[in-house]
Amino acid sequence: MSKLAGSVSRVATPLRAWWPRITFVFLITLAFGLMMLGRSDAQLIERARIAVMDGVAPFLDLMTRPVDTVGDAIASAQELANLRSENERLKAENEALRHWESAAHNLNAENEALRRLTNMTPDPRLRYVSARVVGDPGGAFVRSALINAGTEHGIKRGQAAITGEGLIGRVADVGERSARVLLLTDMNSRIPVIVGNRRYRAVLGGDNSHQPQLLYLAPTAQIAPGDRVVTSGHGGVFPVGIPVGHVAQLTEDQAVVQPFVDWDHVEFLRVLDYELPGILNTLDQPVPGEVAGAASEKAN
Amino acid sequence: MKLTIWQRLDVTVRSLFPFLITLMLVLAMALPLPAPSISHIMPLLPMIAIYYWIVHKPDLFPIWAVFVIGLIQDLLSGGPIGVSCIAYLWIYALVNGFRRRFASASFARVWHLFMLIAASAFVVIWLLNCLSLLTLVDPRPLLFQFLLTVAVYPCFAWLIARGQRPFERPFER
Repeated sequence: MSKLAGSVSRVATPLRAWWPRITFVFLITLAFGLMMLGRSDAQLIERARIAVMDGVAPFLDLMTRPVDTVGDAIASAQELANLRSENERLKAENEALRHWESAAHNLNAENEALRRLTNMTPDPRLRYVSARVVGDPGGAFVRSALINAGTEHGIKRGQAAITGEGLIGRVADVGERSARVLLLTDMNSRIPVIVGNRRYRAVLGGDNSHQPQLLYLAPTAQIAPGDRVVTSGHGGVFPVGIPVGHVAQLTEDQAVVQPFVDWDHVEFLRVLDYELPGILNTLDQPVPGEVAGAASEKAN
Repeated sequence: MKLTIWQRLDVTVRSLFPFLITLMLVLAMALPLPAPSISHIMPLLPMIAIYYWIVHKPDLFPIWAVFVIGLIQDLLSGGPIGVSCIAYLWIYALVNGFRRRFASASFARVWHLFMLIAASAFVVIWLLNCLSLLTLVDPRPLLFQFLLTVAVYPCFAWLIARGQRPFERPFER
């Protein structure tokens, strides 16, 4: 008996001494394995991401409410201070907008008439889902926002997210009650756009800076700083004409876009449900021709 | 000594405390800040906590906890999976490898060693990000993040030390 115990301890003692090292090597290998898995089989990792996101979102939602309340209180105090000048400014702006309203009515009527004349198919219906931004989990290399709405509220992967100013990004992962929006500044973001009045096609590619770049712009395209950039709707996921930004800088080899979104005040955003049957459903299998969409899907 | 069920529960909660505090810091990293440019270089708070626990209370922060915290952080951030796991395991290995240097080290010395170890961990994070994205990513945000992490270390180390005091294990002294 004692002989057996002796031989067990002869094996067990060095094993116990080596145990921390074995665990360490095992966990390091596991981490590298997960890294490989994340590159090849995105499905499993995505399910894990969604589970963590859904678990964390309610806590973040609770934690951000007081932060937002304090922010709102400070903002309303500031507003109270310059109520008078604000009123003046708004009156002037209202006058200008009234002029634009009548112009828009005229254009809308004219547009309707021309559409009827040419028998154009009507644009698909748009539906909005408003959500609160509860998290900004990205860190140094990812630009994303966590929102407190998910499949329960009709949010699907690939939909456009906008703020009052314009496009902010697209839905990358969707959980039951939460979703992650990949911002248009993220280096994996690729959004088909149209530039300027002459409507040159390009792809807006993020590079993690505040100002994304225009990619695949035709070399002959004549654009100038200040040209408006709007979504082109190519790929069928985004509606046509969501304002994105304006061309800020032009050098020989790159064009930089300043987005309309005010990054410092993104508390709420709206997700657009763009009902174009048949295209959203095939999102998971990249459609040939939908190069930009497919590339960023894969990168996610 | 035989423990009653309440004492057992008490011990469990006390030993889970470091893990839970570190998890809270992972969540805190994800809170939206009014200025997003700051949130991109937000100090890596979980790294501070993990280093603190491995140095001061290694028995309360086992290696699997290091791994799980890294994994949750990676899953939440949307970045490449495994990067934070490896970086934190790297810190774990370094601290344990140079364990003798930490013995009765002053606070300034522990902070100084944190600066060196964190620097190497940030290099690991940068390399792994480059590897997994297959491009040379801009290291500047990481540099700022590193500087901020080292700068806020004393403050958070103090907070963690204060926070854990009521949770010291009464039965294993």
